[in-house]
Parts: sequence; C-alpha cells; structure tokens
Amino acid sequence: MSFPKGLIAPELAAEFPGLRLHWTELEARVGTSPRDVRRRLRDLSDRVAGAGVVAMRTQPIPHAYRAFYRQVGLDPDAARIPSEEAAVRRLLQGRFGSRDMLQDALLIALVETGVPVWALDARRVEVDSLGIRAATSGERVGSSREGLSLPAGQLVVADASRVHASLFGEPAPDHAPGPGEQRIVLYAVAVEGVPAIHVEEALWVCTDLLEAG
Amino acid sequence: MLLEYQSSTRIGSPPEQDERAARRTLRAQIAKLERDLSEAFVTAYPMGGLDAEPTRSCAAPRLLDLGELERVRDDLAARVRSARATISERADRQAANRVQLERMLLEPGRYRFVRISNRDIGEPGCGVWQVRPRLGLIGMLMGWWQVKLSSGCPLATGRGAAAAD
Repeated sequence: MSFPKGLIAPELAAEFPGLRLHWTELEARVGTSPRDVRRRLRDLSDRVAGAGVVAMRTQPIPHAYRAFYRQVGLDPDAARIPSEEAAVRRLLQGRFGSRDMLQDALLIALVETGVPVWALDARRVEVDSLGIRAATSGERVGSSREGLSLPAGQLVVADASRVHASLFGEPAPDHAPGPGEQRIVLYAVAVEGVPAIHVEEALWVCTDLLEAG
Repeated sequence: MLLEYQSSTRIGSPPEQDERAARRTLRAQIAKLERDLSEAFVTAYPMGGLDAEPTRSCAAPRLLDLGELERVRDDLAARVRSARATISERADRQAANRVQLERMLLEPGRYRFVRISNRDIGEPGCGVWQVRPRLGLIGMLMGWWQVKLSSGCPLATGRGAAAAD
C-alpha cells in the first residue's frame, strides 16, 4: 500500500532531500478503545524495558530523527524525539495507558515502527496542498486568533491556507479530531535514514486499527 | 504559501551552491557526532552515566544557516570529547580497582577493611568486596584477614518489612 506524498517547500527539499510527509484520509470513530487494542498496548508495554530505552538512540530510526533534530536546531536531549518520549513515558508510568481509539492507534504505530503519526480533522485540511514549509511572519498555528504565533522561518506542517502544527509538534487543538465518527487525515513525517517501508507501516497500522475499531 | 513558493534568491548560482555544499557537509558531521555521542551515552550508562549537560532552551525547528550549523557541530564535538574523557577516566579507575581487588585477594592483611563494590570494578549488582578479620576481634589480634563478598542487593522492602511478613 502506498500513501500520498505531501508537498515539501523547495528550499527545504534542496536542504533535506530525505525529508518527507505522507498522509492518508479515512473515516474513523474516535471513542474508547476496544479490548484487543488495550491488550495490544499492554503487550507493547511488556516489550519496553529500561536497557532497551537507554540503547534506543543507537538504533537507525531513532538516530535518524535525533540527527535531524540537531540539524534543525532542536536538542533531542531536551525536546525528545517522539519514540523516545513514548518510551520514557512508559518507564515512568509503568505501562502504555489507553486514552482513546485514535491516540492508542497513533501510539501503537509509533512504538512498533519508530515513525510518528499525527491526526487532523479532515474538515480543516486541504490535503492537496498539505506539506512542510517555513512559516511566514504573522502566521499562527490553527484557525483561532488565540493560536500560537509563529516566528518567521519556523518549520511547520501546513496546507495552502492554514498552519496545522509545528514540525514534530502536536496539531493545533482546533484542528485535532474530536470524539465521534468523522473523517480524519493521518500524516507521518520521515527524515533521511528512515526507510519508506517503516513510514508506510506506521500509517498502515493506524489505518488498520481505526478502520477496524 | 505552499503553492506559491518562489525563492527570491537565484537558485544554483555558484556561491550559493558552495554554501549549500558546506551546509550539507556540516549536517553530515552533525549526524556522525550525534551517533558518536549516542554510543558514548550507552557505553557510559553502566559506569554511572554521563554528567548532565546544561539543558538549553528548546528552540523551534528551522533551517539553520552556516554559522548556526557550525555552532551545533562544535557544541556536539565538545560534548563527545567530554563524554569520551569521562568514559576513559572511569575505565581507568575501574581497571585500577580491579588490580587492587586482585591484590586484596592475594594479600588481605595489607588491605585491612578496604571495600570495593561491584560498581567500582564495572560489574553489575550490589555486591561489595571487603577485607575483614576472620573470627572478629581474635582475627584482628592474630592477623587473620580475609576478603568477603557481601550477599548482594538489599531487599526492596527492607529487612524490617521482610521480617514482619
């Protein structure tokens, strides 16, 4: 299964040839997770141990994200990459707790593949122009006036008319899917060193769980 | 916006190509240093970990210019150097402790009451090697010394709680 590719601004594509965004759109019901999804989270919890989390940063995919974080001015020891953040949270809380069907699907995909996936309310997204670019002066995250104001040049996930999230950040609250049945857009961000098959697997795992749920 | 990307600079002019090549080289160096630092982190972990670096404020992700990339590279290089120095220093200390433990085992009388923990010699567990007199006071007076290894990690619940069970 192959997923559509988002647009990468030319100046970014020239600097980071491996940077890419893949997305997919689907109908999903956001609610309490069924028992088998909660069991899958428990099984994943059992697979994450302290020694593995310490050594995680030497594995190819976490390393690729950590290197990219450094290259765009982030310190992955201060702002952890998504897979490390999830693993550390698991160690602190003792398990991967279930939140809702959507968040559980995103977490399972992240832990199984190392590739982060985020979800947007499809009504807020123009998928044809969804991609990664630098913010322009005066732009805000989300559609509301209270949205976080962005400095010019900050890398964001956006479409032709709106900024949905900072790159690697959570989507604006007013662009995130709410509870109930709706159309949602899932997107995954990959960097150089992350094989395409992992990105596809991450989106496929989410799609599979959400469509089955 | 996304559909209207038109760079005002002339793409492909020689100085810009040179600068882009320089940025690419710096990014490759940053990726390599990040790998080196990660490996140092994993190596140092059983030795007590690396010293905590001062956490810088988390900036927003953006395209860094040449100077900023150089600063990131230099900062990483300094951290890798410091991490390797720490590992080397701890490895030397552990080697010295292992030698001293061997000497303690050969001639316990010369190392009275000296304690070396498993951690001091880079071994897992909570055991402690200690030179103690055989038969307490009598051993002290007679010069009967021996090396004893403690039984291991303390009970998670503590001795009192275990006894109460």
